[in-house]
Amino acid sequence: MFKKISIKLITVVSATAVLIIGVYSYYNIKSQGDVLQAEVERHINQLSESVKNSTRYVMLLNQREHLQEMITRIGKDPNIYNVRILNKEGAIIYSAVKDDIGRMLDKNAESCYACHAANKPLEKLPIKDRTRIFKSSENGPRVMGVINPIDNEKSCYDADCHAHPQNEKVLGVLDVTISLADVDEQIKQNEIRELIFALISISAIGLIIWIFLKRWLDKPVKELVQATDQVAAGNLNYIIKNLSNDELGTLGKSFNNMTKKLDETSQQLYQSTKMASLGQLAAGVAHEINNPLTGVLTYSSFLLKRTKDNPQMQEDLNVIVRETIRSREIVKGLLDFARQSTPKKSTIDVGEIFNRALTVVNNQMKINKIALIKDFDESLPKITADANQIQQVFLNLLVNAIDAIGDNGTITVRTSQVNLPPKGTMQIKKAVCPKTHNLIDSEYKIGGFPALRLKIKLNGNEGFVHIDPVYGSHRHYFGISGGINNNVKLSCPVCDLSVLDKVNKCPKCGGPTYKIQIPNQGYIEGCAAFKDDWQRWEFIDRTGESKFVEIDITDTGCGIPPEIQSKIFEPFFSTKGQRGTGLGLSVIWGIVDNHKGTISVQSDVGKGTTFSIRLPQNESVR
Amino acid sequence: MNLASGKKNILIIDDEQVVIDSISKIAKESNFSFDSVLDAASALQKISSIEFDLIICDIMLPGMDGFQFLGALESKGIDTPVIMTTGYSTIENAVKSLYSGAIEFIPKPFSIDEMTSVIKRGIKYNYLQRIRKSNDKSILLVPCPAKYFRLGYSSWMNKDLDGSVLIGATNFFIKTIEPIRKIELLDVNEILTQASSAVKFETEDGLIHQLYSVISGSILARNERLLKEPELLEKDPYFDGWIYRLIPSELEYEMKLLIPCSSDRT
Repeated sequence: MFKKISIKLITVVSATAVLIIGVYSYYNIKSQGDVLQAEVERHINQLSESVKNSTRYVMLLNQREHLQEMITRIGKDPNIYNVRILNKEGAIIYSAVKDDIGRMLDKNAESCYACHAANKPLEKLPIKDRTRIFKSSENGPRVMGVINPIDNEKSCYDADCHAHPQNEKVLGVLDVTISLADVDEQIKQNEIRELIFALISISAIGLIIWIFLKRWLDKPVKELVQATDQVAAGNLNYIIKNLSNDELGTLGKSFNNMTKKLDETSQQLYQSTKMASLGQLAAGVAHEINNPLTGVLTYSSFLLKRTKDNPQMQEDLNVIVRETIRSREIVKGLLDFARQSTPKKSTIDVGEIFNRALTVVNNQMKINKIALIKDFDESLPKITADANQIQQVFLNLLVNAIDAIGDNGTITVRTSQVNLPPKGTMQIKKAVCPKTHNLIDSEYKIGGFPALRLKIKLNGNEGFVHIDPVYGSHRHYFGISGGINNNVKLSCPVCDLSVLDKVNKCPKCGGPTYKIQIPNQGYIEGCAAFKDDWQRWEFIDRTGESKFVEIDITDTGCGIPPEIQSKIFEPFFSTKGQRGTGLGLSVIWGIVDNHKGTISVQSDVGKGTTFSIRLPQNESVR
Repeated sequence: MNLASGKKNILIIDDEQVVIDSISKIAKESNFSFDSVLDAASALQKISSIEFDLIICDIMLPGMDGFQFLGALESKGIDTPVIMTTGYSTIENAVKSLYSGAIEFIPKPFSIDEMTSVIKRGIKYNYLQRIRKSNDKSILLVPCPAKYFRLGYSSWMNKDLDGSVLIGATNFFIKTIEPIRKIELLDVNEILTQASSAVKFETEDGLIHQLYSVISGSILARNERLLKEPELLEKDPYFDGWIYRLIPSELEYEMKLLIPCSSDRT
């Protein structure tokens, strides 16, 4: 139960809230009660004074029945518990409750105690001491009483009745008592209200904390734990999505980064070991198959020589010789495939290489009743590439197409020339500062290519900017906050030498421009305020459009679902289960990439797939 | 001493009987006698008692392998020419064979013509070698210039001042195949790999002889004169008889597997 941070935190915060709200409520109730009681006290004093003043006249006239009548009438008010007048001896002479009249009160009774606490009675009593609160009976409501001494005055002892001598200080006491039932009821209600408020506040605090902890702590932590489990189970493609911008988000980001690095390393390791064992296997197979093939080739060739006069037999034997030589080429292809040799580039005819790959799968296509449509551009120029590797690319794509089709279908191969502008395709591979420090940061990649790293200074802030290495593409990354303006300074991160162009201004916005040397390929210029997309690489612009040879291989197979289209070029991604190694397309990607070409896929489920390969026409020989 | 005539004897070393049968059939076709063993150790034994004109040896053999066999021959001072063959036909194996002293490398499976031309060259090589040793002045072998390097005995290279490399065929190689009827050259800009076929010579008997490229590189120029006057190859094999001018691609590494021609003049 207390193993969760959220529960711990809620408990601590709730306990604190209970304490604070509890103390606050206690004093709040107490002060409210005091205020109410003071109000009653004021009221009762006023009442007592009013009674004393209004009865004064009848007392002076000594109309005793009249006085009793008045007191009875006042006592009829439901809020008034009792009104009575006591004489000096403690006898009740008037009372709203008729039965009390004539009763003697003990000096220790609660109404007498204020003055008679000492042996000699007080003759003057301060107002605050006149009040008392007592219980009317065991279970009855509380009652507040006020005693008001009736002092002897000249009009009293001069009255005609001569009831009071002049030497007496106090003639008697007016005692008014009021029931506190209403007040007590109100205090009780206040207590209940206060309690409900406290309970609601505490639960609301707990609930709010719980909701936010769940969103900010519980969920991200749960996701992190899940991601860790996934990675531990070997799923290195797992990425934590919906990262927050707090510390847990940073942790998640580092986690994703770590997983990615781990994935890359393990894939490299896995691929190299896989290729190594594949190589050993291929070498063994090649050696084992080539020996029997030697026998077949020699003996069939001899038969061919010996049966020069039998045309029928010659024809049959020619097939054996031809097919044996084809087997030799296939085994050689297997060996070439297994050995990940450095590209041995030569001038090749793409169509011819395709036909070579075709010979390997021709039979399979016939068995599966797959038709092949060749739409070759006759004027297609030769390109500089590794014939074996390109053959391997075609072979793999053909095998995939056959697998996707199964039986009955068509594979269409189209070759064409395409021209692409240098902008958006040319990659800046080398860049140096005026002191020839390398500006390419191989650690930071944009779009998969190492970016250019420059120091940026702006309004006293300093940081780094990473410039998109693809000419004409603007996925830059700015390592400083805030917008960039014309006061920007760009310099080499090593020697701090400025790379800003002192002469030229940006033709689009008039701001400063940078000018960076590309070894052997002129300079690249661009808007240094990054307000617009102006960029110029004159050397490359002058060479004009880059010419590519495009090869499209289209099949009428099952297609690739869109959700896995992005994964198919990843190593070990396979839909063929036990039959595939999952290396084919990743190896193809690697080969095409090595040739500075591109490969893309376009597929509709149920309709078919097209793989498009673009290889540069003028790739210079190493 | 009658070197040119008489039945030539070939020793075939291979652990697969079908390969031995195939080679011996080809040898018989060209009227050579032969003997065969299944491993290198018994081959060494056989060589100590019988003289052979040519040895055809597999690389992957049980016990002592082909390269170790070449080493053993060298340490015993036996200079019978050896043709290496293997089912695991990689460029590395080919270059290593030639560097270790074999005169030829032929990958399996081979056609009859391929094997026949290699055997005939080997027999001729042995014959020429004997003559040279016997101080017979009737045949003059022009040695390769001292600063040149060669791959096996057949092809040479010479680094030019501008960094390009000239390659050609040694006089020894031409003598093993002459007379040449036709020369087939590769086109300019094509890429050569070390120990891959660079030139095809067709001889009067209709056989095709291949010359290996000494190093890897792209062809900058080829000697067009050779197509019209193949005899240049014999008249001036090391200067006017050059075959290709290459831009080398991995010269430093590949040079380590070449034999300096200066070592021929001891």
